[in-house]
Amino acid sequence: MQNREKWGSRIGIILAVAGSAVGLGNFLRFPGQACQNGGGAFMIPYFISFLLLGIPLCWIEWTLGRYGGQFSHGSLPGIFDSVTKKKWGKYVGVLGLFVPLVIFFYYTYLESWCLGYSIFSLVGKYSHISDPKEMSGFLSAFQGLTKNSHFNTLGIAYGCFVLTFVVNMIVIYKGLAKGIEFICKIAVPILIAGGLFLMIRILTLGTPDPSKVDLNVTNALGFMWNPDFAALSQPKVWLAAAGQIFFTLSVGLGAIMTYASYLRKNDDIALSSTTAAGMNELFEVVIGGSIVIPAAYLFLGPELTLATAQKGVFDLGFVTMPIVLNKIPFGDIFGFYWFFLLFLAGITSSISLMQPIISFLEDEFGWNRHKSALALGIVCFVVAHACIFGLGAGVLDEFDFWGGTLAITICAFVEVMIFIIYIGPKRGWELLHRGADIKIPDIFRYLFYITPFYLGAILLYWALFNWVPWIVKPFGIDMSIGWINKYPWINITQKVCEKNPLILYTRGGLLLLIALLLAMIFTAWKLKKNKGGAK
Amino acid sequence: MTALGWIFMITSWGLIISLCAVCFYKVLTTRKENIHAPLDIDTDQTD
Repeated sequence: MQNREKWGSRIGIILAVAGSAVGLGNFLRFPGQACQNGGGAFMIPYFISFLLLGIPLCWIEWTLGRYGGQFSHGSLPGIFDSVTKKKWGKYVGVLGLFVPLVIFFYYTYLESWCLGYSIFSLVGKYSHISDPKEMSGFLSAFQGLTKNSHFNTLGIAYGCFVLTFVVNMIVIYKGLAKGIEFICKIAVPILIAGGLFLMIRILTLGTPDPSKVDLNVTNALGFMWNPDFAALSQPKVWLAAAGQIFFTLSVGLGAIMTYASYLRKNDDIALSSTTAAGMNELFEVVIGGSIVIPAAYLFLGPELTLATAQKGVFDLGFVTMPIVLNKIPFGDIFGFYWFFLLFLAGITSSISLMQPIISFLEDEFGWNRHKSALALGIVCFVVAHACIFGLGAGVLDEFDFWGGTLAITICAFVEVMIFIIYIGPKRGWELLHRGADIKIPDIFRYLFYITPFYLGAILLYWALFNWVPWIVKPFGIDMSIGWINKYPWINITQKVCEKNPLILYTRGGLLLLIALLLAMIFTAWKLKKNKGGAK
Repeated sequence: MTALGWIFMITSWGLIISLCAVCFYKVLTTRKENIHAPLDIDTDQTD
């Protein structure tokens, strides 16, 4: 059996998994979703989803990961091969390579924006901007989408990207204990301390503008937390909560499984997985929920805050927050602090995206870490340019949709189904408790029966009403409710081919990537078979 | 902020902070044999 890397300590893997899960979504997406979907009442479907969907998915991923690690497999093709003992198992596992790879292609670029903005805050580059439209212009010019007095080339954004990419590669190159574990042990405590510091600063602002007495901290918290129970009768609120839980815990990426595969056979996973999930919730509900929306409310008022939250994560993060933080005394310092925290959260997430592929190259091809990291680094660096220079054409959005929205959900569903069918809830429960430092109450074992149906129902809804309309949207086809009757498939195909060829090329490229990964899986197993070492 | 708002906020924070506190207490007070001593760390760079 191949000698694999191991974690240096249990707290190391907990912080690494928590670091993988904590990202922009915790600080920006959650508060936006909560204030749009019933405020405090949103927490009812949110906690139900955490219990029925989030926690069981984490347990399943940790269990599958540690199981695969015993067979020297740390990526999904190998893990599925070990679990199913079927020829097709490893090929289905291609999802666990495709998803993290595609997300990594664009994620480092997003991460680099946080680095760029933290520097801009420190040097006061946007400190004079108070108008959201001008701030949008600042962001567009930084991204190279327009030219204006702030930026006339993509040079600075590109420089930030290269720097971010190099930082990621150094961490990955150094390995599991000396790289990932080391950086997470530093970054995650900084994230907690920094997040708490910012939270306390926002919550002690009182009434920043004495002429607007209604815009005070208590009302700001009320805007976020006052429950609107009528919202609970709307299915979209329940779906939003389930979606938030699904995306915040980083399940379906393969990263948790890879991290867990480096555990020993009798290392605890029950307590570690629950601790990591709990930490993610601490970042999201306690810290994330107390920074962006309350700050925006204090300086922009309720109407503008709600409008911004509806525009999405990037508007909230890169347009509203710089303006809001500018209005706080020592805003430059707080701006730097805010974006640097987002950058750190990004780093701990992006390094986890590389690990499944590194593990695949090490475990299945027998490459060493340095060779794997270099090869992967070169490929990712080249492909990331498509996101950088094709941002305006929607290439990054395409990568995000196919990798970070659609494939990730399918991957999670496949993981759950393979776990339920080939390991089974009873044995799965036993595996979860092997070497466990806590005994989870027996009643929770029934979650393994509920989760597949819960996830399946969400997946079906998303497929019909989010994914299909999104896929055809770039081609000028509006598929809102009732689209099935309006558009026969033949019409859609024709329109897609007529418009927006760049999107078609991107989609073709992603298909080619899947084909290449499948070929690699085929080759790896053939090589091992030839050497007589196939599992 | 209404009374219900306070209740929802404090309950949500309380649940999460309690979960984290219990988990970290267990992690930090766990039995010694489950913690890998420095000599047991196997970083294993093969090159």
